[in-house]
Amino acid sequence: MHLVYPAVLSALLFSVGVYGVLARRNAILLLMSVELMLAAVSLNLVAFDVWLRDSVHSGQVFTLFLIALSAAEIGIGLAIVLLVYRDRGVSAVDRLTGLREGGGGGGDDQDPIEDDRSVTGTATEAATEAAPKSAPN
Amino acid sequence: MSGGNGYLSPSGQEIVFVLTGLVILGAAVLCVTSRQLVHAALWLVVALGGLAVQYLLLTAEFVAWVQVLIYLGSVVVLLLFGLMLTKAPIGPSPEADGRNRPVALVVSLASAATLVTLVVDAFRTAWIDLETPHGTSDQIGDSLFRVWVLPFEALSVLLLAALVGAIVLSRRRGNAQGNGGS
Repeated sequence: MHLVYPAVLSALLFSVGVYGVLARRNAILLLMSVELMLAAVSLNLVAFDVWLRDSVHSGQVFTLFLIALSAAEIGIGLAIVLLVYRDRGVSAVDRLTGLREGGGGGGDDQDPIEDDRSVTGTATEAATEAAPKSAPN
Repeated sequence: MSGGNGYLSPSGQEIVFVLTGLVILGAAVLCVTSRQLVHAALWLVVALGGLAVQYLLLTAEFVAWVQVLIYLGSVVVLLLFGLMLTKAPIGPSPEADGRNRPVALVVSLASAATLVTLVVDAFRTAWIDLETPHGTSDQIGDSLFRVWVLPFEALSVLLLAALVGAIVLSRRRGNAQGNGGS
């Protein structure tokens, strides 16, 4: 098999993942795009390992490590996303402007809370549940 | 297959690879452009399953089955649970994409053009020999537990740390501060 086929496929897949990371604003969709980029890198590793006939199979072993690492990354990432959602009622990444310079606790946008509810659908009960906890912020 | 070695006489494996690659690319594009969040996760399943087929075509069968088991079995299920727990809307959500889609499109097209040009120019004359399998469970297990055993154990410690971290992050510390602190 020509080596160009898997290399081109993984380059295109990586670019699709880049588009997803830049264009999406839901945090879980962002994690999916990161998974696409990781999968592209895995395909590259396997293809070059088979091409080079590596005697210790480093490319395929790295792919196995990458799969395990992405499982860990998804676990931690989803825990963080769920924590942010529980505290703020938001799962859109461009609404999380609490650390922005001059923003002042996410109040830089014109309509922070109302727009959040329209973004996340029925997030009102989560927002009201998180309201007493977000008082120290 | 280095028998023909011609651009215009592709082997059967190359034809299957290209067809599966088209399916993967279509599923990936739908995954990053779909406005329904659950559909995006299911298109991700199609893309990752197609990648498992590509691994099988590259004779890396152990990686292929690990891909099916771990990615399709656990990562996508975790993503679906995440969508469910953040109360993602079932229907099409017009707010799934940000405002900077044209910029993202330009950046991704530029990176695709650069990478494809570079890769085609660099590996024009490289051929993968697929006659003898390279990556059966026998070979991978042999090198995994002979050469890579220390990184393997370090990875298990990292997975344990990630598990504990996820539990600590997602523990509900709402009711009393004393409970949450201890």
